[in-house]
Amino acid sequence: MGLTFTAVDSTALSTAEYYGKALCELGEEHPEIVALTADLGKSTKIGMFGEQFPDRFFNVGIAEQNMFGVAAGMAKAGLVPFLSTFSTFASLRSADQLHSDICYQNIDCKVIATHSGTSFGQAGSTHHAICDLAVARSMPNLTLICPADGMETVNAVRAAYETPGPFYIRINRGFDRVVYPSSDYEFEIGKAITLNEGTDITVIACGSGVFQALTAAKFLENSDGLKVRVINMHTIKPIDREAVEKAVNDTRRIITVEDHNVKGGLGDAVASVMAELGKGCAFKKLGVQDEFAPIGLHEDIMSIIGIDSNGIIEAVREVMKKDFEEDDDWEDEV
Amino acid sequence: MPLTKQEWLALEKKADELRRLSLDTNYWAGSGHIGGAMSIMDMLTVLYHRYLNLKKEDPDWEDRDRFIMSKGHAGIALAPVLVDYGWNDFEQLKTFNHSNSAMGIHLDANKVVGVDASTGSLGHGLSIALGTALAAKTLGKDYKTYCIMGDGELNEGSIWEAGMAAAHFKADNLISFVDRNECMIDGKTEDVMALEPLAEKWESFGFIVKEVDGHNIKELCQAIDFALENKGAPVMIIANTVKGAGIDIFEGDYRWHYGAMDQEMYEKAKASLEKYYAQRKARVEKEA
Repeated sequence: MGLTFTAVDSTALSTAEYYGKALCELGEEHPEIVALTADLGKSTKIGMFGEQFPDRFFNVGIAEQNMFGVAAGMAKAGLVPFLSTFSTFASLRSADQLHSDICYQNIDCKVIATHSGTSFGQAGSTHHAICDLAVARSMPNLTLICPADGMETVNAVRAAYETPGPFYIRINRGFDRVVYPSSDYEFEIGKAITLNEGTDITVIACGSGVFQALTAAKFLENSDGLKVRVINMHTIKPIDREAVEKAVNDTRRIITVEDHNVKGGLGDAVASVMAELGKGCAFKKLGVQDEFAPIGLHEDIMSIIGIDSNGIIEAVREVMKKDFEEDDDWEDEV
Repeated sequence: MPLTKQEWLALEKKADELRRLSLDTNYWAGSGHIGGAMSIMDMLTVLYHRYLNLKKEDPDWEDRDRFIMSKGHAGIALAPVLVDYGWNDFEQLKTFNHSNSAMGIHLDANKVVGVDASTGSLGHGLSIALGTALAAKTLGKDYKTYCIMGDGELNEGSIWEAGMAAAHFKADNLISFVDRNECMIDGKTEDVMALEPLAEKWESFGFIVKEVDGHNIKELCQAIDFALENKGAPVMIIANTVKGAGIDIFEGDYRWHYGAMDQEMYEKAKASLEKYYAQRKARVEKEA
């Protein structure tokens, strides 16, 4: 379906611009798609849809709760609404509407939440979204995606349209480091992608953590001779249990990386799968350590909170030091 | 179209039947939001038996008029209406609020046939109704959307967000009601959080406002007829009502927002409804 986005675009467009472009492309094919924003048409790039389809674009002003309710009504009447605002508002300001109007009714509303994590760094904690994964993870019926970059955003947005039910996709402000030079790769909701094979340790990342994990893995292979498996866990819910289980069995050491509070996000989602497996595994969660992050450029904040490649390298070395007792029956542990 | 005396009497009869059915449901359930159910039953009767364009054989008909019950706790009023309409099994009412029943305090649109939106958390309904109204315009459909809000829920900021947007988008296919029974859980609305001057508030938000006696079927019909003719702005019908209307032991008492009644109270309530129906019929004879 649609165009394949290429590497030429990837240096030129921000992640949100990929979203805007992908949505316009979907809008051309599907007249039932409408778009809503709360005075953030320009910032979230959903305004690109509005320029192309003014009759199917609704700017409700700075009123997120109303936006979610209106979208729910539209979906009930047969339209497919895409809604965009900043992640922190999408998940907190209108959480009740997301919960009751959209998830409970299990309707076709697609929330594309921008400025996720600490990507709007200088705006400070009112504009950092470090709770949205935790909030969204606990809402039944909701599919939760955190794409690694612009190309993956294109694929996630398309998949959201093609899959009935509510979606929450969180993307960053500004430009993401390129993980995928093209959108032409296999993207399946709920199916993690192994980007680097490895047997010593697994780094499970989402969003901007994916590029950083890959950079760290390459460095560690050269400098420490470590084989680091890197998994892009783009779908936080439903999480790919099989990929986690395989990582536990194959490497027995796991690190998670997320631009989010370590309470309630990717790390906890992975941890709950591990705990249910009943097998020992050295484990560390990288992310915002249950505090409000400082202000700054996104890359600086990532460095300060330790989710850039340096932070991951350090964490890998630390977790590699953990000893395991030799146990022939480990395969049978419950 | 003006309401004939015969039509008015028929609506009074239906409203009486539905009040009784709601009272019975409340009794079977053990407890319920009886006060706010009685205050809107005339509105529901008029909507479901005179105005809503629905197809009995196809509850999901895409061109049907929509009804959004923003005051979701009045499910004990809407469920009997939808059962009586033939869309849900009568026996279900006897399970209202029982464990694992499809019907509970706040009706689930995915479980109860004919419910256009699951509501319960207050202040959501007007936004949802605006969404279905705007969808009609986007899709080029003629259906109307009706919404009933409680007066207490007007404390929620989201209602006013929706109001601002309804006027901004000129949603003249949206007809809303405030069930102005002046009661909320903790007391009278003007004591807990004053709403007056309410009509002026809605007018200043860009609505065309009609104030009516919410228990006068003729006045309700006149207001809806006016709203259906109206173009360019949304209409808000402020229906002045009595909490628990028709049941003298509950009438106007905010403590009967939610409650349980014993056999004795139930019998008294039934007798009161009978008396109330007689008064209502006498009014038709006088005013028709």
